[in-house]
Amino acid sequence: MALDSKIPAGKMDEKWGKYKSTCKLVNPANKRQLEIIVVGTGLAGASAAASLGEMGYKVKAFCFQDSPRRAHSIAAQGGINAAKNYQNDGDSTYRLFYDTIKGGDYRAREGNVHRLAEVSTNIIDQCVAQGVPFAREYGGLLSNRSFGGTQVQRTFYAAGQTGQQLLIGAYQALERQVALGNVTMYARHEMLDVVKIDGKARGIIARNLVNGELERHFGHAVLLCTGGYGNVFYLSTNAMGSNVTAAWKAHRKGAFFGNPCFTQIHPTCIPVSGDHQSKLTLMSESLRNDGRIWVPKKQGDNRKPGDIPEEERDYYLERRYPAFGNLVPRDVASRAAKERCDAGYGVGSSKMAVYLDFAAAIERYGKIEANKQGKSNLDKDAVIALGKDVVKEKYGNLFDMYAKITGENPYEVPMRIYPAVHYTMGGLWVDYELMTTVPNLYALGEANFSDHGANRLGASALMQGLADGYFVIPYTLGNNLADDIRTKSIPTDHPAFIAAEKEVSDRINKLMSIKGKESVESFHKRLGKIMWDKCGMGRNAEGLKHAIKEIQQLRKDFWSNVRIPGEVNEFNPELDKAGRVADFLELGELMCIDALDREESCGGHFREEFQTEEGEALRDDEKFMYVSAWEFKGDSQYELHKEELKYEIVHPSARSYK
Amino acid sequence: MQHYNMNLTLKVWRQRSNKVKGHFESFQVKNISSEMSFLEMFDVLNEQLVAEGKDPIAFDHDCREGICGMCSMYINGRAHGPWTQNTTCQLHMREYKDGDTIVVEPWRAESFPVIRDLVVDRSAFDRIIGAGGYVSVNTGNAVDANSLPIEKQKADEAFAAASCIGCGACVAACPNASAMLFVSAKIAHLALLPQGEPERKNRAVNMIQQMDTEGFGSCTNIGACEAECPKGISLENIARLNREYVGAIFSGSNNG
Repeated sequence: MALDSKIPAGKMDEKWGKYKSTCKLVNPANKRQLEIIVVGTGLAGASAAASLGEMGYKVKAFCFQDSPRRAHSIAAQGGINAAKNYQNDGDSTYRLFYDTIKGGDYRAREGNVHRLAEVSTNIIDQCVAQGVPFAREYGGLLSNRSFGGTQVQRTFYAAGQTGQQLLIGAYQALERQVALGNVTMYARHEMLDVVKIDGKARGIIARNLVNGELERHFGHAVLLCTGGYGNVFYLSTNAMGSNVTAAWKAHRKGAFFGNPCFTQIHPTCIPVSGDHQSKLTLMSESLRNDGRIWVPKKQGDNRKPGDIPEEERDYYLERRYPAFGNLVPRDVASRAAKERCDAGYGVGSSKMAVYLDFAAAIERYGKIEANKQGKSNLDKDAVIALGKDVVKEKYGNLFDMYAKITGENPYEVPMRIYPAVHYTMGGLWVDYELMTTVPNLYALGEANFSDHGANRLGASALMQGLADGYFVIPYTLGNNLADDIRTKSIPTDHPAFIAAEKEVSDRINKLMSIKGKESVESFHKRLGKIMWDKCGMGRNAEGLKHAIKEIQQLRKDFWSNVRIPGEVNEFNPELDKAGRVADFLELGELMCIDALDREESCGGHFREEFQTEEGEALRDDEKFMYVSAWEFKGDSQYELHKEELKYEIVHPSARSYK
Repeated sequence: MQHYNMNLTLKVWRQRSNKVKGHFESFQVKNISSEMSFLEMFDVLNEQLVAEGKDPIAFDHDCREGICGMCSMYINGRAHGPWTQNTTCQLHMREYKDGDTIVVEPWRAESFPVIRDLVVDRSAFDRIIGAGGYVSVNTGNAVDANSLPIEKQKADEAFAAASCIGCGACVAACPNASAMLFVSAKIAHLALLPQGEPERKNRAVNMIQQMDTEGFGSCTNIGACEAECPKGISLENIARLNREYVGAIFSGSNNG
């Protein structure tokens, strides 16, 4: 099967405009007859469901949480990018497009990324119109800050709660449509299969998580907005419930999986404290605007950070990458931290951490504040007190969170941080219209693979989720459904629904019948360890081959020895989790297969065999300038399809931040 | 910081569904690290129960970083436990010492029926938002964001109100099970901003009407909601809500 990305012809900056002006439309009377299923209510799902409801489609939205407002987009801290150029620092649609392509290490599709940069400005306008309380300057205008991998200030933010404010904006729009009857909301429901009729996605099987009953839902189209799969690593910054199940079921039903091995390891997370650890907490990238990252120059230095004099500190990012310093992209910063810790320079009790230090920023802000207040002769302590107030206003909630988790005061001692799994660039393969290889099945937001290549820049996930939901799908869905207006609603007693429900039900019964000895949690931890050790920040052929065998064995163990308490037809979180872990046990293998196939290093994918003498990622554009789209052919059998990436505008070069 | 391990007694509310009566059940947990979060301590207990072939305790949780609003335990008589401006998931075990007994209950309010054990149904909050907690602006060509300057102080106040995470601790803490702090936070957020102005009166009236329909109690100015709110939502919002409501009623909101 040849992959067609359906990128419109024409000049790069005219493609989307032309598409919008010429795509097919569905008239209002027909929209009322068309039913759309939206799975997931994060930024992509809530914005899509609300927008499609406003347009007049009949929408059903599903989320596994108790309310659509809980989706994990809520936890995004730092901000959202947009090429507004409000700071007059040279930003433009082209710059955002270019930074994103380069940040993704030339493994993203130009057409999609250009569209993303174009609609970025509309997102900010839309959110402000909804009442999203972005940070503002004294003049009443919007404030911006910097994020990694850019040299402009294009990130809009709401303290350290940008994701929350954007999601609440979309959620409120969604609840308005629910109240109007345009959207029906199914909370505490989990999608467990896609129903295909005549080759097209025509519905889903969902499980009501309160009473365990299976439900059949018809839709003319199905939109998966179900987020990323970072929890395959067990420990990640994802929410506990984040999972790959919806995307994986779609994959097994024919949707190709794009670049599964592209995982983002975020450099600034609170380090693991022990075996009890259930998740890892991110400290926003925005902290790298002001925090300086360092380790002692001496190996195994056990002095307290405050006792290590300036000249004995190694600000290794500033040393290695003077042009971008502490604001290098995430993949680069994470690898550099790992390199220092592996070489024996790590800090803290585990020695698997580096310092993120605000002392210099506190002093600098203190001086500025003293000048503003006309106090030129303050002593150092008074200046530092003023500086702490400024830092508190900027990052207060993050500092509080750090203090609660670690019991340490980051205003006094530097934070200890270490990289952790955060985001997955890979996902379901989609074309320009966000349609997967299954007709009428779409994937939006983190669930698709399309915009971030091999590494995502900070503050671009929120941008992509909302771009897909508010500004892309309302056009591309109509273009397809215009040909479907004669399709009547298909009754859910259709044999395809009955068969899909039986498949789901059989699998649940099989899980429950194992009655083994080991908990779901224990299997998940074991999988996570394999993935982190062998398919994490550094990967090599030998380790990956080993991992594939280990995962296959673990999967066998799981299906013969997992213990799930309780009943099927009741509220049973252990059963819900078992289904998700079963899917992770399949996905993990595919990630390793993909990582093994890609014999180059690019972005977050670092194959140890392929690096420069300075330890930088070594891309191979001759052989690997393609998207890996994997087709499911049966258990442990996947066929690789390649979508060649053609760069019309940007000329791929060695990615340098030096 | 010194780390230590502890053994604890837990008294936890068990209730199989809202159709049956609940009761407290006691459990012992051993070797709990002071570095664990409260929910990680529950993970240990649940692993223990699974190993013993018993049903684990159902509790709501998701992000475990204090922002999704899903976790909801009532711990030793306090919503989200003893720390101020904190969610259950961010409470850490260094708060406790060896030999302590901890009592854990669900949010208790008629409008939040128990689903199982510590899990309750908070969908009433979604319906209150649906009654008016939004700005009616369809997706499309909104005007340039900077064409509408907003005084920084107002924007900051609106942000403070908007930081509500909808967890329901205010309702659980209130002896009347009033939802006034939650409702007032949304009304204040939107009333403070020019974008919220056109629907200001109807919003206040409709949201309060829905709040009453859901069966939440009345506010009698006790202030427990503010004290237990993990995000520090201020009681001033309730004062603002009352002004908004009275203003709307007397100026003849068409729904009032």
